[in-house]
Amino acid sequence: MLVRSSTAIAAICILSGAAFAQGAAKPTDPQIAHIAYTAGQLDIEAAKQALSKSTNRDVRAFAEGMVGDHTAVNKEALDLVTKLKVTPEDNDTSRALSKAAADKRAELARLSGADFDNAYVANEVAYHKTVNDALETTLIPFASNPELKSLLETGLKIFQGHEQHAEQVAAALK
Amino acid sequence: MLPGRYLLMFMVVIWGMISVPACAATIQVSIDNLVFSPAELKARVGDTITWINRDIVAHTATVRGGFDVKIEANSSPSLVLTKAGIVDYYCRFHPNMKGRMTITAE
Ligand SMILES: [Cu+2]
Repeated sequence: MLVRSSTAIAAICILSGAAFAQGAAKPTDPQIAHIAYTAGQLDIEAAKQALSKSTNRDVRAFAEGMVGDHTAVNKEALDLVTKLKVTPEDNDTSRALSKAAADKRAELARLSGADFDNAYVANEVAYHKTVNDALETTLIPFASNPELKSLLETGLKIFQGHEQHAEQVAAALK
Repeated sequence: MLPGRYLLMFMVVIWGMISVPACAATIQVSIDNLVFSPAELKARVGDTITWINRDIVAHTATVRGGFDVKIEANSSPSLVLTKAGIVDYYCRFHPNMKGRMTITAE
């Protein structure tokens, strides 16, 4: 009985493992490039909204940094896909990211002053956490082209810096 | 004013011109993939630190309440050290980048 039940548990484990492997879509390089590029563009748009609404020095400096860094990384990404003759491919993850960012922008558009600053910076902390997590657990491991992988790794280091920077700005706003 | 005073000033100026170039060094710190290298260094007052940024993004070498050197992408700005002490600096844009300089008197 004991033997049977442990066998059953083992069978369940194997099954769910297989289900996970099939269920979790393995993104291709064109999709990974599209997701990473989209994530950067969305953060640039968020920063532009902050620059049009915020008067806080630290918030503006942070937003300017986001525009500068994500522009630089995305330019590198475009150069790379051109060189590799890879066409970035739209996908569910990119669409979900864009949808969430559009909703957030609409929400932030209704705020002003300190309320806006707090909400923008809190979202930047959360956004960079999400993107960094996706880079670490999915995008980097699944990237097959070594140059794409390396650019994503550089991006991860830069975005980890952004996450810490956002945390510092958030703490200073309190 | 006495001529002797001019002489003294002249000697001080000459002493400065001779002694500073003789001991002052230029120390290079490279920045590659968001890492200051060497991350820790020893220097003397009068030495020059040159940061060589090989990254595609801008960084800074910033001390709270102290210097703030903007380091654009692919640039190499310098700073002459003027004060002794242990200096912890970081990048304002990416606070995960940290460096330390132990600066001794000339
Ligand atoms: Cu930096």
